[in-house]
Amino acid sequence: MSDVAHEMQTSRAIDRSQMQVSDEVAIQITDMNKWFGQFHVLRDIDLTVYRGERIVICGPSGSGKSTLIRCINHLEEHQAGRIVVDGIELSNDLKNIDKIRSEVGMCFQHFNLFPHLTILENCTLAPIWVRKVPKREAEETAMHYLTKVKIPDQANKYPGQLSGGQQQRVAIARSLCMRPRIMLFDEPTSALDPEMIKEVLDTMIELAEEGMTMLCVTHEMGFARQVANRVIFMDQGQIVEQNEPEEFFGNPQSERTKLFLSQILGH
Amino acid sequence: MASTVDASSRQGFKLSQLIYDTRYRSLTIQAIAMALLVLFLSWLVSNTVQNLSDLGKDFDFGFLGQRAGYDINQTLIPYTSGSSHARAAIVGILNTLLVAFLGCILATIVGVIAGVLRLSKNWLVARLMTVYVEGFRNVPLLLWIIAIFAMMTEATPQPRDFREGGTASMWLWDSVAVSNRGVYIPAPVWGPGSTALIIVFVLSIAAIIGFRRYAFRRQEATGVLLPILPVSLALFFLPSILAYFVLGGPVSLAYPELGGFNFQGGLHMRNSLIALWLALSLYTGAFIAEIVRGGILSVAKGQSEAAFALGLRPSRTMNLVILPQAMRVIIPPLISQYLNLTKNSSLAIAVGYMDARSTLGGITINQTGRELEGMLLLGLFYLVLSLIISGAMNVFNARMKLKER
Repeated sequence: MSDVAHEMQTSRAIDRSQMQVSDEVAIQITDMNKWFGQFHVLRDIDLTVYRGERIVICGPSGSGKSTLIRCINHLEEHQAGRIVVDGIELSNDLKNIDKIRSEVGMCFQHFNLFPHLTILENCTLAPIWVRKVPKREAEETAMHYLTKVKIPDQANKYPGQLSGGQQQRVAIARSLCMRPRIMLFDEPTSALDPEMIKEVLDTMIELAEEGMTMLCVTHEMGFARQVANRVIFMDQGQIVEQNEPEEFFGNPQSERTKLFLSQILGH
Repeated sequence: MASTVDASSRQGFKLSQLIYDTRYRSLTIQAIAMALLVLFLSWLVSNTVQNLSDLGKDFDFGFLGQRAGYDINQTLIPYTSGSSHARAAIVGILNTLLVAFLGCILATIVGVIAGVLRLSKNWLVARLMTVYVEGFRNVPLLLWIIAIFAMMTEATPQPRDFREGGTASMWLWDSVAVSNRGVYIPAPVWGPGSTALIIVFVLSIAAIIGFRRYAFRRQEATGVLLPILPVSLALFFLPSILAYFVLGGPVSLAYPELGGFNFQGGLHMRNSLIALWLALSLYTGAFIAEIVRGGILSVAKGQSEAAFALGLRPSRTMNLVILPQAMRVIIPPLISQYLNLTKNSSLAIAVGYMDARSTLGGITINQTGRELEGMLLLGLFYLVLSLIISGAMNVFNARMKLKER
């Protein structure tokens, strides 16, 4: 039971005191459609994310879950419908895209740290060039977040010298240095060795405990059960089902969800 | 392993161990290869000495001091037919250096622009660059040299067409004349006070460098980046222009003017130089374009995505994230393109450009009969030049090389 194993990994008591969902809308997606050439990747997506929500998006590969969160910070362009992030409409206006990108942090499956910069420089690059923060101050912020992800002593090393789990934690710290209000995670643990998954998940749980709005594409069902307040199941570019984790895992509604859950939990 | 070592040491050294024992095998092979090489070289030398003595020739560089007796159509230093062969060789060497230097600069500019544009999302631009790259790198350089030379000499007007009422006219407010005798451009005339002007110009360059340093230090301290490009441009032009007028215009331009059957005054760039320069630059530029394109593509897409996700603009992403990583892939093959261009300049023979090969390796050899000495010197020149270029570029590469651990 891999599920039990993951359950074990995130087994520490979770402090839910800060994890309150407000009724302020963080992200509003209405009737969003996207095509890759002829291929219809995302169909009529409607999704409202409230501030403080922790949403886990799961689904079979090719279901469009990564594409969905990549649309939110315009790494992918949507062709129809509206996306409003923090009250800013995502259009082709470069200024809006810049504003949204500096509000929304993102972590990738393959970390995508800049190999030619040290850990510290990775973390200060965007604050210095985008937020126009003095270098000293940017470095202090960076050290603060590196301490938070428990790798302050690696600050002057290069990404190539760190393990996968450490690199992903640096990637999280790098995003946090921009002080985003929303964090997107695109399969953050999929490229990691099993024993490194825990350290990354712990970092993400800490973020959740501080009330960060999080959208997370992941197959870590233990994480979903414990941290998420909503689980979304996607298939063939559509949101098939969304519910609270208890209901989602305990009483899935659609046949497709049942099949998916039986496949990922049943071995 | 331990047991075999014990066994051999117990039994003493056997001759077959030289081939079958991993400890001696490579030494044996190296010794044999070295002996063969020495044999081959000594055969080459003794053969040459033998053949030379059979022909009644000796090995002597004395011809370099003799009177050359031929004219050279493009001389960067004073030279007459009465000068020595050594001086003719130096004139040729300087001509080679001139075309190689100009070529490397233009090829880099053309190559970088074409390489970046080939990645453009604009369909037309990308296709045009593909046509340029494939057209130039898939046709022999010699054909391009001859084709451009033919265009320069056949399709351009004769000087007499520039006369009053003629069919041709000069470009850029009557300052540049493109004719079948070559291109004539204005030449600077250095009057009194021009030294002061040059000093002002050098100082303004220093000021630009100083300003960039200051701007980055200020950014570190306050976070605000001063507008580097506009200020640098202003520093580049304004002081020099101001000094020019304050000093009363110390530098003037001598424009080429039609006099008799040809243009007088100004700088004369021969068609052979222009054809060779353009052909070398466009041909090598096509290769450099591919190197630049490959270098940029070699940086994983995730790098630019991560930079975008952090809010960095595309231009900053290029400068801060993509190019530093692309440079390490670009520079080593770029070195060999510079070496190629330099050595390919010896194709100057096709259009009568008087480079080192045409003087030292051509007319001098014909006149003195010292082909062995001349060719050795010519080879030595290209070898030294290439080693200097690759040495300099390797230093540059070492400075650009990324530290990743």
